[in-house]
Amino acid sequence: MKTTGKVTGIVSNLVTVQVDGPVAENELCYITLGGTPLLAEVIKVNGDKASVQVFESTRGLKNGDPVEFEGRMLEVTLGPGLLSSVYDGLQNNLTTMGTVFLKRGEYTDPLDHKKLWDFTPIAAEGDKVIAGDWLGEVKEGWLPHKIMVPFSMKGEYKVKKIIPAGSYNIDMVIAVLTDEADEPHYITMTQKWPVKVAIKAFKEKPRPQKIMETGVRCIDSFNPIAEGGTGFIPGPFGCGKTVLQHAIAKQGEADVIVMAACGERANEVVEIFTEFPELIDPHTGRHLMERTTIICNTSNMPVAAREASVYTAMTICEYYRAMGLKCLLLADSTSRWAQALREMSNRMEELPGADAFPVDLSAIISNFYSRAGMVILNNGQTGAVTFIGTVSPAGGNLKEPVTESTKKAARCFYGLEQNRADQKRYPAVNPIESYSKYLEYPEIISYLDQNVEKGWVGKVLDAKNILRRGREANEQINILGDDGVPIGYHVSFWKSELIDFVFLQQDAFDSIDALCPMERQKFMLDLVLELCEIEYQFDDFEKCRDFFKELINDLRQMNYTEFHSEAFEEYAKKTQKLLNDYGK
Amino acid sequence: MASKAFQRIYTKLDAITKATVSLKARGISNDELAVVGGRLAQVVKTKGDLVTLQVFSGTEGIPTNAEVTFLGEPPTLKVSDQLAGRFFNAYGNPIDGGPEVEGEEREIGGPSVNPYKRRQPSELIPTGIAGIDLNNTIVSGQKIPFFADPDQPYNQVMADVALRADVDKIILGGMGLSNDDYLFFRHAFEDAGALDRIICFVNTTEDPPVERLLVPDMALTAAEYFAVDKNEKVLVLLTDMTLYADALSIVSNRMDQIPSKDSMPGSLYSDLAKIYEKAVQLPTEGSITIIAVTTLNDGDITHAIPDNTGYITEGQLFLRADSDSGKVIIDPFRSLSRLKQRVQNIKTREDHSQVMNAGVRLYADAQNAKTKLENGFDLSDYDKRCLEYAKEYATRLLSIDVNISITEMLDTAWELFGRYFSKAETGIKQSFIDKYWKGR
Repeated sequence: MKTTGKVTGIVSNLVTVQVDGPVAENELCYITLGGTPLLAEVIKVNGDKASVQVFESTRGLKNGDPVEFEGRMLEVTLGPGLLSSVYDGLQNNLTTMGTVFLKRGEYTDPLDHKKLWDFTPIAAEGDKVIAGDWLGEVKEGWLPHKIMVPFSMKGEYKVKKIIPAGSYNIDMVIAVLTDEADEPHYITMTQKWPVKVAIKAFKEKPRPQKIMETGVRCIDSFNPIAEGGTGFIPGPFGCGKTVLQHAIAKQGEADVIVMAACGERANEVVEIFTEFPELIDPHTGRHLMERTTIICNTSNMPVAAREASVYTAMTICEYYRAMGLKCLLLADSTSRWAQALREMSNRMEELPGADAFPVDLSAIISNFYSRAGMVILNNGQTGAVTFIGTVSPAGGNLKEPVTESTKKAARCFYGLEQNRADQKRYPAVNPIESYSKYLEYPEIISYLDQNVEKGWVGKVLDAKNILRRGREANEQINILGDDGVPIGYHVSFWKSELIDFVFLQQDAFDSIDALCPMERQKFMLDLVLELCEIEYQFDDFEKCRDFFKELINDLRQMNYTEFHSEAFEEYAKKTQKLLNDYGK
Repeated sequence: MASKAFQRIYTKLDAITKATVSLKARGISNDELAVVGGRLAQVVKTKGDLVTLQVFSGTEGIPTNAEVTFLGEPPTLKVSDQLAGRFFNAYGNPIDGGPEVEGEEREIGGPSVNPYKRRQPSELIPTGIAGIDLNNTIVSGQKIPFFADPDQPYNQVMADVALRADVDKIILGGMGLSNDDYLFFRHAFEDAGALDRIICFVNTTEDPPVERLLVPDMALTAAEYFAVDKNEKVLVLLTDMTLYADALSIVSNRMDQIPSKDSMPGSLYSDLAKIYEKAVQLPTEGSITIIAVTTLNDGDITHAIPDNTGYITEGQLFLRADSDSGKVIIDPFRSLSRLKQRVQNIKTREDHSQVMNAGVRLYADAQNAKTKLENGFDLSDYDKRCLEYAKEYATRLLSIDVNISITEMLDTAWELFGRYFSKAETGIKQSFIDKYWKGR
């Protein structure tokens, strides 16, 4: 029998419920308000009083309103049809909602139950299977979508029956499994999973082995993110966080992209709906939307559902990872999620940590980041979830709890800098403060040695050094004046500008420059470093400036032209000539 | 707002703070209105039988035996075409001496638009001010605030923008407006003969601060009526959102909530987002555009209010006094319109974005030259030309008293480029140089 209860207290979306039976932490319940059921989640229990956070507006709710507990946690429905869908934080399908305004208590089905999928069996009758094993597959767009033994099934099962190839809807029983007691279990194409629990249907989680290309030079070359790695992008507003994230979403080398718009602007999500269906995935030539799921809980949607949205997105990624696919999860912004936690903690009158955030913020963030990773499945295949979150630090100051906690959890740090954004040096990722821990991984170093060039990481570190020296020289020039320093300072400064303008800066809106494959990145970095190695001699600093300005201009033109095209080679030749005239 | 027959009247308050009262009552719903000693109040918290009410006009003089009646519904506004041309207080009651508005009663602060039903904003709103139209073009369905120190003429600029914008309705939500500024808006709208398309909800400095909390929701409920029901283009002006946020912090403080940064409530981001996200381009022709004012303390944008605002809105327009030209200008560096690329070169002339970028870049070079000058370094010929250019650029384009068409703005910019720079120094694409270059 279900536990029931009555509302006894309300502060905004925190409701206290007096219960008549057992309740579990994170259990779901429905509060009935004038016939409309409002979904809520238990976040604290004290005696027979449960504190629940309501995923909807509580306007009009009264003490005494009835509550029914569901005996389950917040779950997502997993199955074919997740890709190219647009959901809210609770996995309601936004595309099938009829009205312009979101109606309170309106819950829509995440998957289409009528659509037929072409099913091919993988397992055979008599096979022994465990949770996560592949029973069959359907084609979802161009991706092989595996139908798996539900993750919640414990122990070993025998495939008693499997349906032959054919077109079926998601509710069709595609297999019958029997357990040790010979009890039958009927498997359809869908299963449910609680979002706050990590899916662990894999054999092991090794260290990342390779990098995930994004086509963004300042990431791939300077601070690469590993496949199955984690990274975060903090930055003040207006520094290009969203543009950078969209660029990664468009170009990231992944089979599945899940974008969680968590407490951000609705118009930005509209941009994704409008543009992604038109855009082509550079790796497969298919429409981007076919590999994308959008979880959209914009800033004006209920706060509690905002917290749920990142978990919903992560669970969907883990599901696809269990099929042996490479997934990329982008969450914009994790600060809004942390703020949702703060609002609830505040209403529950918990003792606050720094900046009034809950004291376990750091633990919650690391726990979430730890769900990313590359895995080896039970059948030996691999899958990965790469996670990149953005952080919106208050006042652009990185010494705040969310940034600090995230720094402990994420392995890559892409710090956006106001100063660079003001100078329109995009992407405004600070080249010196940003880092990728993966550059220190022996696995990644040897991967880069083999796949890019022997000694690649050394080159990258050289380039970073030139930037550092250039910054120091520039500081001296600013203090002492152009004439007050030796010409060598100007040369150092301009060498760093050369790397900055030609390699680090990239035009996300230019059709060619936006996506720079690794081979091209290698070519350009080699060229730039070669130019930096030369000992230049100039009579005065103005000649030095003019020389480098022209050089930078030519090399930038190369970025805008097709790799190895005639125009590209033309500029390359011109650069060579400049070198001969000045340098040696 | 009269009490209904057979309604229970409570006469014992358990606790009183400056902004709230608490009493024992039953059957009370969250967010519903009540009348406490003749003043309007709203339920903000219930704990068992103890109900906490936020009294909008403050609790001064309210005794523990004050009469309390509950009205059974959240704040509402009667909407109809009769709203046009009227002035209301924060409760939606007329303050212009006119009759009560007849119409459908709607709850304020209603649900949000399904993001999937939105359309991408793509219609230009010209204002005649080059600092906006040329450098930070705004689009219908956008939300953008002016960031300005209190001594800047932000209300005047906003009135200019509103009256020049090609919209069907202008709705002013005034929070903590000085009486002078309220009368300024009223006269500006009257003088422009625009009264029939204006609706005002005003809380002045003479009114209690907590009342302000109703103003944005009132204004936006009216806006939604015209945009959704009537398919109209609506422009909502909200001034000053800093004072709105201050009122939020007063209430949360009285409710013993733990403050976060700058003594603002932890929910500031969500509270502001709920308002700003009402800006929308609907699938029909209707749209709501929000232009707000966030006053700053000495240009500090890291304070919690402008900071949270910046993360919510689609850019900001930064007003500052420019000492070179002696004008108030829209700062081209710190201002941003995130939606400008939706219309630039599409709804405007092909050279728009290139001219904009060149203009701002050269202005930045002038700032560097200025720094050099201040530090006592010698100026090159280029530096000197930049400084000359900057003065004229600020006067003729950045200043807020400019009122010309976008084509005229572009032509003016070309004229300045031609006067002070060589073609190569502008760095503009050759094909535009060939077509539009003026002078040498």
